[in-house]
Amino acid sequence: MARKVPEINGGSMADIAFLLLIFFLVTTTMDIDKGITRRLPPPPDPNAEPPDIKQRNIFTILVNKNDRLLIDGKPGDLRNLREQVKEFIKNPYNQDDLPEKRMEQIQYLGEVPVSKGIISLKNDRGTSYDMYIRVQNELAAAFRELKDELAKEEFGIAYEEARKEYRKAIDKAVPVAISEAEPENVGD
Amino acid sequence: MGKFTKKKEKGTPQVTTAALPDIIFMLLFFFMVSTVMRTESLLVKISAPGATEVQKLEKKSLVSYINIGPPKQENLGSKARIQLNDSFARVRDVREFILSEREKLDEADKQFMTTALKIDQDTRMGIVTDVKQELRKSGAFKINYNTRQVEEINYY
Repeated sequence: MARKVPEINGGSMADIAFLLLIFFLVTTTMDIDKGITRRLPPPPDPNAEPPDIKQRNIFTILVNKNDRLLIDGKPGDLRNLREQVKEFIKNPYNQDDLPEKRMEQIQYLGEVPVSKGIISLKNDRGTSYDMYIRVQNELAAAFRELKDELAKEEFGIAYEEARKEYRKAIDKAVPVAISEAEPENVGD
Repeated sequence: MGKFTKKKEKGTPQVTTAALPDIIFMLLFFFMVSTVMRTESLLVKISAPGATEVQKLEKKSLVSYINIGPPKQENLGSKARIQLNDSFARVRDVREFILSEREKLDEADKQFMTTALKIDQDTRMGIVTDVKQELRKSGAFKINYNTRQVEEINYY
């Protein structure tokens, strides 16, 4: 004894769906967050002695409150920073005043020299964030170019296009060694 | 010839609208899935600096945001302030914020937690350094400086 079920009018379904659609259209934000990723060091151990790093292995970049650069003790320009960093890390002619290298066995690459160089970045409290990011950007670009060069040399393709294992090997051969100095309260 | 004339009908043929709800539903689902509900409204003005070497931030659920910039409300002055969740905060509140954000994550995901710093480009580094020091103390080492992607940065 099936009772007759009255048919539901589906004509307004489109209207309801439209309403919801417009709601989601309006509330949607499609921005993908982008940025420069960095890793902060753990807080310093007050009992530990500061590590002994040879002067030749450190490349200091100071940014003062007027956004001027002091690169390795000399007034510098943001335009040349990238090349200077690359030159420092690569040390192509094995100069005495540029960083040492150690030979390391890395899978897919074999025995390759790995630079011991460290980029030390220090800024004043009055430095503008814009300048700080531009310096960070130049450093990121320098390391990216170094990785690209190695990838081209070893695998014949750009770093970005290389396989994941290859990229990992290159990351090992070109470590991004950027150290931010412990802040001092100057230049507010 | 009559074969062809027979087909001619008066008036324009009706477009069937039966598939319309389906199409709308398809769009609706697309937007429902891709949408990210804005849970916080910005209290500070942020115009991110430009950079060329940007990486995408993946897995939004693992990201917590810290906004720093001058307040939108003009009577609050033009000095850069920190915004956490929906209110202004001080530097010492950062640690508690990070701890509560970390609590929300699964145990396995905690190590992948990223802190995105959305900072106005005219901010001075002093406040940024203070926040970074707090992040170090609270163990949030993975950070991301939020930037716009530009083709070329201007050197001056």
